Amino acid sequence: MRIGIDVGGTNTDAVALEGTNVLASVKQTTSEDVTTGIVQALHSLRTQHEFGPTDVDAIMLGTTHFINALVEGRDLAPTATLRLGLPATASLPPMVGWPQRLISATRGRYFLAHGGHEFDGQEISSLQPDEIRAFAHDMEAAGVRSVAISSVFSPINDEFEEHAAEILREELGPGVALSLSHEIGRVGLLERENATIINASLRELADKIIGRLVAVIDAEGYSCPLFLSQNDGTLMDVEYARKYPVATFASGPTNSMRGAAITSGLETCAVIDIGGTTSDVGVLTNGFPREATTVIDVAGVRTNFRMPDVLSMGIGGGSIVADGQVGPSSVGYRLTSEALVFGGSTLTATDIAVAAGLVDLGDASAVAHLDRDMVMAMVDQIAGRVADTVERMRTSSAPLPVVAVGGGSVILPKVLPGLGEIYLPENSGVANAIGAAIAQVSGEVDKVYSLATRDRSSVVEEAKADAIEKAIAAGASADNVEVVEFDEFPIPYLPGNATRIRVKAVGDLGIKEMAR
Amino acid sequence: MSTTMTDNAIAQTRQVLPEHCLDFAAGAAILGTGGGGDPHIGMLMAQAALEKHGPVDLVKLEDVPDDAVVIPVAMMGAPTVMVEKLASAEQFVESIRAIAKYLGVEPTHIACMEAGGVNSMIPMAAAAELGLPLIDADGMGRAFPELQMVLATLFDVQAAPMSISDEKGNSIVLETVSNKWAERLARTATVEMGCSTIVSLYAMTGEQVKRAFVPGTLSLCRELGKCISYARHHAGSAKDSVIERLGAVQIAEGKISDVERRTTSGFARGRAELATDRGIVEIEFQNENLLVRRGDEVVATTPDLIIGLDTDTGEAVTTEQLRFGTRISLIVAPADERWHSEGGIELAGPRYFGYDTEPVRPAEFSA
Repeated sequence: MRIGIDVGGTNTDAVALEGTNVLASVKQTTSEDVTTGIVQALHSLRTQHEFGPTDVDAIMLGTTHFINALVEGRDLAPTATLRLGLPATASLPPMVGWPQRLISATRGRYFLAHGGHEFDGQEISSLQPDEIRAFAHDMEAAGVRSVAISSVFSPINDEFEEHAAEILREELGPGVALSLSHEIGRVGLLERENATIINASLRELADKIIGRLVAVIDAEGYSCPLFLSQNDGTLMDVEYARKYPVATFASGPTNSMRGAAITSGLETCAVIDIGGTTSDVGVLTNGFPREATTVIDVAGVRTNFRMPDVLSMGIGGGSIVADGQVGPSSVGYRLTSEALVFGGSTLTATDIAVAAGLVDLGDASAVAHLDRDMVMAMVDQIAGRVADTVERMRTSSAPLPVVAVGGGSVILPKVLPGLGEIYLPENSGVANAIGAAIAQVSGEVDKVYSLATRDRSSVVEEAKADAIEKAIAAGASADNVEVVEFDEFPIPYLPGNATRIRVKAVGDLGIKEMAR
Repeated sequence: MSTTMTDNAIAQTRQVLPEHCLDFAAGAAILGTGGGGDPHIGMLMAQAALEKHGPVDLVKLEDVPDDAVVIPVAMMGAPTVMVEKLASAEQFVESIRAIAKYLGVEPTHIACMEAGGVNSMIPMAAAAELGLPLIDADGMGRAFPELQMVLATLFDVQAAPMSISDEKGNSIVLETVSNKWAERLARTATVEMGCSTIVSLYAMTGEQVKRAFVPGTLSLCRELGKCISYARHHAGSAKDSVIERLGAVQIAEGKISDVERRTTSGFARGRAELATDRGIVEIEFQNENLLVRRGDEVVATTPDLIIGLDTDTGEAVTTEQLRFGTRISLIVAPADERWHSEGGIELAGPRYFGYDTEPVRPAEFSA
């Protein structure tokens, strides 16, 4: 049996699963203290379906705690950035364009040192250990406890970042938290460095929270491993999560999408997650969310780490209907008191759905007076706009089934224009917790290769083997790990055939081989 | 007569400040006609330089003295490398100094060769660092992939002597027999220097600049950018105001139904299909959008500006961003008339890029 828990900003959802069969599910309000909410969720599951701690093979947790800490600028560690690349890159220092509030919250300081590589892996300048040692002393004097290290073209050659990390560890002691950019982002120095600094600033908090989670689950008698869900819909163990808190940032929408796939039985589909105020649309390919290829804005900072490609729109169950327009303003969580069918006085998208006979909710007589043509026009508008957003997420003209999850999904008609019938799976209210519980383990390679001196097929084989090895190192069972994604992007304006290769390998969690 | 007063008044209203950069960059992306490199990184560099050194005076082309010593400056290389191996602190200045030293001149003005894409912003950063005024004009009125593709070539202004500077402190000065040779040699040097260099080229007098440049294109970038930021704040689309400001015509609107890409000799070539109410429209691109076909009929070609705008926002869509489902309004803006001369067509018309057709313009432009 596996337990999946998704801790969102508003609700904490939990399920107990045997295979893909839901044994118990709960939905409760998120507690201020993450750990208390998790203990409560575990207890509630046990009252629904009796089980003992030893019956559980693994606990999977999704949390928005770290991204919320960043957004609110709280609990961030004093962080320094060490960039290797001089004399290149000096025109733009680290943290350029950051909101001042976050620079203050991280007490952000930076050091520019020699190092870095060219696109073909040659050195820009050699690493100068003494220069880094001197910076380490400045960091120590300034009370820096976490360091982000970025080196030019480290996704092609990580040697300088690793070497600099070694020197900092020698100088600052093993207690210093080090985040290396080649492990976090891709080509695009500022965006990769930004993601690395964000990660560095959250390391202490991650250590503290994850330490508590492990302790509380131990105290409840569970000796099974604990995993956290990542942005790409796969799992990381607690040791990895302590080092890479940024990998949890988009686990919410990702878990919903993955849960939608499992509950609907569809591996490749569009998923609409309809909430009270907004809806998110994402696309699953072979069971995994498609990743965004563009820059992602996180709390006002441009980053380029792995995030699902999600389009949001201002339509939800609580959307206010006025002047022939649905949303974007919404009654939000006050839906159950303000909507007409619940005795309120605001016309909402949910009232339209009841009036149109799409769902039986509340007091239908409260919407009986609504003009039939207006109601149908609003239903068409909702369907049209949702269909439109799904259309935009498509990458081919091949038919794409559509699955709807989330509390607001009642407002959708059964059929969307141009897209056909919508799948409304069972247990869609806790799809996110199911998504966490069924997650697998992955390894990814994203590097630029120069094909000038090497045969393409040997490069491709090397990249695939590296991804598989990374997946196994992350806990995937060697028996069924396989390459699920392969992309190759030739790089324009570069002669010498430079190409960026991305490979992702995924396998089932090797639970039996793991012990915490 | 107090000319100083007037000059001051002009200077005060015609300055580039850090907070203008976002609009400049959004407009430059439109003039990039699908290519030109992402202006974002150039915008950050310009902002940083303007914050550090203070505002830059933007001088009208007509106000440039005939004996001015004008040095245009640009970035050369791969945009993918530019966003990873950022420029050094001194790279812009080194490049300009290298050419000034070789020519034995003292530059009085900095100029922009390419208003479309990242090269709209580089001269701002350079002008700020050197404390020199920037000319409100550019060498082509859009973006093109090779350095000889500027109006100056038509006026027999030589790209060389030109300088190429890398971030390590290396500089090369080239003397070449033609602008095409300058392109070939500078491109090779740029690759060897790590695929991202700063070049200073087409050094000219104020008199030459006034003949060979397209006036007002930097302010045009800012105005286009303002259209976009206005629309963004009002949750509308800047499409109509962009079309109006450029004197452009919309030739198609629809959704991208297919994209095909291949990289050959360093250029991102490809074609995209736009599904419209009136059938499929094909866009051919080589970094920039170069030709549009409806069925077998060519409806627009380079040197006119073929621009894909996001239908909902009016913002530029680059050829790299094109993917299935992208909703595009395809517009064509008239290129500077000098591009439609015999020499201009030879330099950057459809045949130069390998399309077997005469230039085709929307009927509205010939009227």
